[in-house]
Amino acid sequence: MLTLRRFFATLGPGVLWLAVFLIVPVAIMFGYSLLTRTDLAQVGGPLTLESWGRVFGYDALFREWVPDNLRVLGRSLLIAGFSTLLCILMGYPLAFYIARQPARRKSFLLLLLIIPFWTNFLIRVYAWILILRPFDLVPSLTATFLGMVYAFLPFFVLPVYSSVEKVDWRLLEAAQDLGASPIKAFMAAVFPQTLPGLIAGILLTFIPALGTFVVSDILGGAKTALIGNLVQNQFGQAGDWPYGSALSFLLMGAVLVGLWLYARSAGQKGLEELI
Amino acid sequence: MMRRTHPALSAWAWLVYGFLYLPILVLIIFSFNDSKFGATWAGFTTKWYGVLLAREDVREALTNTLLVALSSTLISTVLGTLVGLGLWRYSTRFRLPLTFLLVTPIVIPDVVMGVSLLMFYSLVRGGLELTGWTFENGFWTVMFAHVTFQISYVALTVRSRLAGYDRSLEEAARDLGASSVQSFLRVILPLALPGVLAGALLAFTLSLDDFVVTYFTSGSGFRTLPVLIYTSVKKGVTPDINALSTLLVLFTVIAIIAANAIMRPRPGRRGEA
Repeated sequence: MLTLRRFFATLGPGVLWLAVFLIVPVAIMFGYSLLTRTDLAQVGGPLTLESWGRVFGYDALFREWVPDNLRVLGRSLLIAGFSTLLCILMGYPLAFYIARQPARRKSFLLLLLIIPFWTNFLIRVYAWILILRPFDLVPSLTATFLGMVYAFLPFFVLPVYSSVEKVDWRLLEAAQDLGASPIKAFMAAVFPQTLPGLIAGILLTFIPALGTFVVSDILGGAKTALIGNLVQNQFGQAGDWPYGSALSFLLMGAVLVGLWLYARSAGQKGLEELI
Repeated sequence: MMRRTHPALSAWAWLVYGFLYLPILVLIIFSFNDSKFGATWAGFTTKWYGVLLAREDVREALTNTLLVALSSTLISTVLGTLVGLGLWRYSTRFRLPLTFLLVTPIVIPDVVMGVSLLMFYSLVRGGLELTGWTFENGFWTVMFAHVTFQISYVALTVRSRLAGYDRSLEEAARDLGASSVQSFLRVILPLALPGVLAGALLAFTLSLDDFVVTYFTSGSGFRTLPVLIYTSVKKGVTPDINALSTLLVLFTVIAIIAANAIMRPRPGRRGEA
């Protein structure tokens, strides 16, 4: 039983910290999204839904619907989606390869995978400038994809690997004994067992890819501006905090929908195993 | 048995490993390149390391990075360990909301976390100005922000480490006459220790690595290494940044190998994290 006293001795301080530095800031962000920009990043009343209108494409100045933002969101979803797809193509087989090695070799291969993963994110993105610049590929969309896949691939492989490791291979043998072709046997007996890891990997790749502004900023140039760049810009050059706040909610909304779908399919345990 | 792997699968795996290591190798090679403009090889030199070590701003950023990482890791490890223990030890109907609260900092886009903290700090500053006392964004604002995303990682690592153990262990200790503090220190903490260390190490690395949250919460006078690298890259690539990156990669490799040695799973139990 969790009594009040026990709560404050264990969970309390951490929960309180997250309430102050996570929940309150997001609540404040919601408040800002209802305010109006006055000038030089200053905000003031009256309360208005203008920023939210702009997020969904309504231009208050011209009183018409200009869905530029939604195009940026659409492009971000496409770029994040395609990057995730590339991660699946590269990482899903890799997870199987690692999982099927003898124990010693397996831990060496995992170490090899973790080293780039723990190398500073900016350095990993920056290194691609050195490689792609001689080919005149910085900035470009290709560079953005390469940078994204490179940055997020280990996030994808690790959860997939941990579910491949738990696969019961006897089911595959059974399916083959019953006459299924190798591909059919794999799809029926192995693939479903790796699904929780696959979904976790997809989420852990797709979400940061959707929210990033660093990769597109350094490797993509203005043409591949994503929703993350749009948000960053409102807190930098454009100095429009209310609009930036509303855009952040759009981004967060996209993420929370994904997470909610995941929690519904994987349940409490799945949510805890996400990392 | 299913030990053998298809040659195509092996070839694919090694291609992916090649892809993972190509940029790191290029980075290391170019940090020894005598040319100021990276693309061509102009002979071997170690001068960029000298240039780097002479840079005042690099040393300052390094100190800032380490100070933030050490202090935020210390706070988040204490708070996160307690949360992890509480989650493991007590059953409560608030389990699902608690889990959600802990997963949020991990899945929330870091740009959203950064800008919301920026607004939070500016509002707190506005409030404090009324009392005549004020603060600048810098060490403290960055450090508190880092603790916020580290707590979850520590808590979930500790909880998953304890997941296999029976809760009655603590009760047994209590039955044998240990006080609650004693049973915590002598029984539970030693069991959780590998998880605590792994969580702390993860928290430390996350802090060293973080750019986005730091960028929004640091103000203009306080720079960490990732922020310094970002500003350098925006201004145009200089070879001493290759040298800096190479040193950081080297540091990462040493840290991971050391961590691996510390956390090597004992026979009979699968070591996660």
